[in-house]
Amino acid sequence: MLRFLLGRLANGAIVMVLVSMLSFSLFNFIGDPVSNLVGENATVNEREAMRRSLGLDQPLPLQYLKFVGRAVQGEFGVSYRNIEPVSRVIASRLPATLELSLVAAVLALGVGIPMGVYAGLKPRSLLTRGLQVISLVGISVPSFVTGIILILIFSISLNWLPSFGRGDTVLLGVWNTGLLTVTGWKSLVMPAITLALFQLTLFMRLTRTQMMEVLRSEYIKFARARGLRERSINYRHALRNTLIPIITVAGLQLGSMIAFSIITETVFQWPGLGLLIIQAISFGDVPVIAAYLLLIALLFVLINMVVDLLYFAVDPRLRAQR
Amino acid sequence: MIMTTLNVTTQAAAPLLSVRHLRVQIPTRHGPLTALDDVSFDIARGEILGFVGESGAGKSITGMAVLGLLDPPAHIAAGDIIFDGQPIHKLSASQMRKLRGRRIGAIFQDPLLSLNPLLTVGDQLTETMRTHLPMTRDEARERAIEWLRQVGIPSPAERVDAYPHQFSGGMRQRIVIALALCAEPDLVIADEPTTALDVSVQAQVLELLRTQCRERGTAVLLVTHDMGVISENADRVAVMYAGHIAETGPVDQIVNRPRHPYTRGLMGSIPPADQDVLWLQQIDGAMPRLSARPTGCPFHPRCKHATEQCVSTRPLPHPEGVALVACWHPQGLAVEGVAA
Amino acid sequence: MKTMMLTVRRWRQSDLAWSLGRTPEAWISALVLLLYLGMALLAPLLAPQNPFDLAALDLLDARLPPAWVEGGQLKYLFGTDGQGRDMVSVMLYGLRMSLFVGVASTLLSLVVGVTLGLVAGYMGGRIDNIIMRAADVQLSFPAILVALLIDGLSRTVLPRAVHEQLSLLIVVVAIALANWVQYARTVRGVTLIEKDKDYVNAVRLIGMGRARILFRHVLPNILSPVLVIATLSIGLAVLTEATLSFLGLGVPATSPSLGTLIRLGNEVLFSGEWWITVLPGLLLIGLVLSVNLFGDWLRDALNPRLK
Repeated sequence: MLRFLLGRLANGAIVMVLVSMLSFSLFNFIGDPVSNLVGENATVNEREAMRRSLGLDQPLPLQYLKFVGRAVQGEFGVSYRNIEPVSRVIASRLPATLELSLVAAVLALGVGIPMGVYAGLKPRSLLTRGLQVISLVGISVPSFVTGIILILIFSISLNWLPSFGRGDTVLLGVWNTGLLTVTGWKSLVMPAITLALFQLTLFMRLTRTQMMEVLRSEYIKFARARGLRERSINYRHALRNTLIPIITVAGLQLGSMIAFSIITETVFQWPGLGLLIIQAISFGDVPVIAAYLLLIALLFVLINMVVDLLYFAVDPRLRAQR
Repeated sequence: MIMTTLNVTTQAAAPLLSVRHLRVQIPTRHGPLTALDDVSFDIARGEILGFVGESGAGKSITGMAVLGLLDPPAHIAAGDIIFDGQPIHKLSASQMRKLRGRRIGAIFQDPLLSLNPLLTVGDQLTETMRTHLPMTRDEARERAIEWLRQVGIPSPAERVDAYPHQFSGGMRQRIVIALALCAEPDLVIADEPTTALDVSVQAQVLELLRTQCRERGTAVLLVTHDMGVISENADRVAVMYAGHIAETGPVDQIVNRPRHPYTRGLMGSIPPADQDVLWLQQIDGAMPRLSARPTGCPFHPRCKHATEQCVSTRPLPHPEGVALVACWHPQGLAVEGVAA
Repeated sequence: MKTMMLTVRRWRQSDLAWSLGRTPEAWISALVLLLYLGMALLAPLLAPQNPFDLAALDLLDARLPPAWVEGGQLKYLFGTDGQGRDMVSVMLYGLRMSLFVGVASTLLSLVVGVTLGLVAGYMGGRIDNIIMRAADVQLSFPAILVALLIDGLSRTVLPRAVHEQLSLLIVVVAIALANWVQYARTVRGVTLIEKDKDYVNAVRLIGMGRARILFRHVLPNILSPVLVIATLSIGLAVLTEATLSFLGLGVPATSPSLGTLIRLGNEVLFSGEWWITVLPGLLLIGLVLSVNLFGDWLRDALNPRLK
């Protein structure tokens, strides 16, 4: 087990190194690093001071290390667009994305997995066939189209739900949450459904397939041969074995959701990290892009590591090899 | 209609299991395939009936049919299965479930695949027992430990909380035997119980199965392709060929004085332990596939003694001394030309 | 000619053809796909108007609703967009671009992935390690993100004029690079199995070159699984391109795809002109749905375990 984890750690380290090098190159060569750090409106003196402290005459590897050093402390310079420190911009947008992703994740798992279990247990029922059709449509409709259609129906035609923004938010320390207000939830409904839909159908299909495969396995047959109750076979035996691989996929999908939030936030003008990166790309806001790269890479490396640990926690076969 | 009592070694008590003219078919795009055709046999209480034959002859399917665990679309097309005087082949799923484990148990081939990897062996044992027998959780746990001891697992009190992958192959199959017997069934269907095990372990596991079943008076349907296993462990033997039973009889009879040409070929192809032979007998050809079974006697294409009758009409089993033989020209009697 | 006839005959009698005929989802989706393909290929012939010819546009005809809605005209069956372009024509050309990028990126992805998989499987050792590690690393990220970042970064790094010229190529490459891993892994797996088989050792003994061995002996064995992956991937590639174009990345504005159209329509959604975004959206959904249905059937039909 230790070997395996070390291997994963090594992978993660490689990713971070590669991405940080990419980020550094962007920061140094595409933008003007001095401007990036002091902002475009700085004075000549401030620029000179920065130039010296950056040591732009120094060898590249050293500059890279300094960059990494700064990055670890959260110092990414100043955004071109907002004339604000990048770290502050990102911090202000983070809660929006995280809340959206979390609610969507709960939705996708909480609805998708039970539906998949049902479809796996009763493959020939009418409801299952209906679910199969819906799921096929679910993975064929791009999420931005779903969002647009929801807006058409619920914002434009019925005027029930707002189509952009987060509604009213409450500041809890550093976290600006939309979960404590009515308008906050109203604004959250459509984006969360849009974000969740793709994942939901994915989980449903995955759970169903896995469940059906497990139900065909030898130990289930042996359990039947011992006359165990159908309920126990389905839930105690089959479900538990089905959920194990689903867990890893669920973890990875959470990461995927953060990527897909880019689309959802664009459709609904949701002020999160996704909308930020799109705006940054079209504006050419290099400091933000560089910081976003690092942040996203770190996030995914962490998610993957947690998922690996989770697998070990849950499957006794792997635990025993420790 | 064949004789109701096929069992001539034990007394004329009603058999525990009585299978009559069982036909199992699998519908396919080209029409139904007949996996079992007119299979009939009895198992008496406490006896070990060996079911021997090549792969694909239909041995496993017979066991599955008795258990009611045929994989759809395979189904019982005709015939009766009578267990302890009750017909069971038409029972509902929930009625069948009550029988399984409690009256009829099963052991499958691969112990690693048979055990749920996520549950401790103790859990799997206690659940099986508490499903069929009234007992508290503590009682069940005590019994589970006792069962592990019975099947020869060392340190059972600790091992009861271990997971299947923490045991060796032979140990796992012992646990499977415990699982099959813990609800105290009258009949156990053992489908190739040692085929997946190391040769060195096979004999031990078989001995365990044999002694446990004898002790409790549990009958066994021992399905295998290994004649050695049969000769060491069975009371009676049924030889299967291409979905039919070629010959049935006491083990001594079948092994040493077989009458059906197929059985004779089988026995002849086994090197005897006590003599040196130059050549092993071989039966020419191969057993026909499910989709290409011949008319009349299924063995006739490979049989040296086949006649017109064998090609046109399928021989029904009839008694030849203490055995039942499905052949128009059973071999091996001192007097030639004695036919059914 | 004779081999072709024999292949056709073998196919018609094969299990695959039989399954295709019996499964309505399969042959209906296959027909729909052929329809889409026809529409895309013949767009210049089918479109009643050339949407790129500025002279043919009439601004007075802008923003007309579809013909069945009040205010619409029969001439413009699906209405017109903000510039007066006929929606039918615009959608046909958009479909063409969407399919082009989808198929091109899938093919590129396939070539890259299969090659790397073959190399990794056959060479083994260090090269295998590097390639597989790269695959693992890439797999920790969702494909859409990889494509988005490649496209976005190229936009940031290249001067605007250069990017304009290359943007179509960049999209295809971005999507291709996001999806090569599944091919590489599958092919590597099969190669590893095949290369140890006796017949490969035999031909190596008689001096056949490595490349030839790979192509003539290993390649046929990977055809079936790769085909399934490719078919299902085309749907994903089309979706990815549509997403990128919707976000403002993706194909250049001068040759819009269905994704671009949906974005442009979205900007005017609140003025009530729903058809500019919804109709291309429906067309896109139909395409991806058919690809997925067909791909699902193909995967089940070719799966040896389900036989």
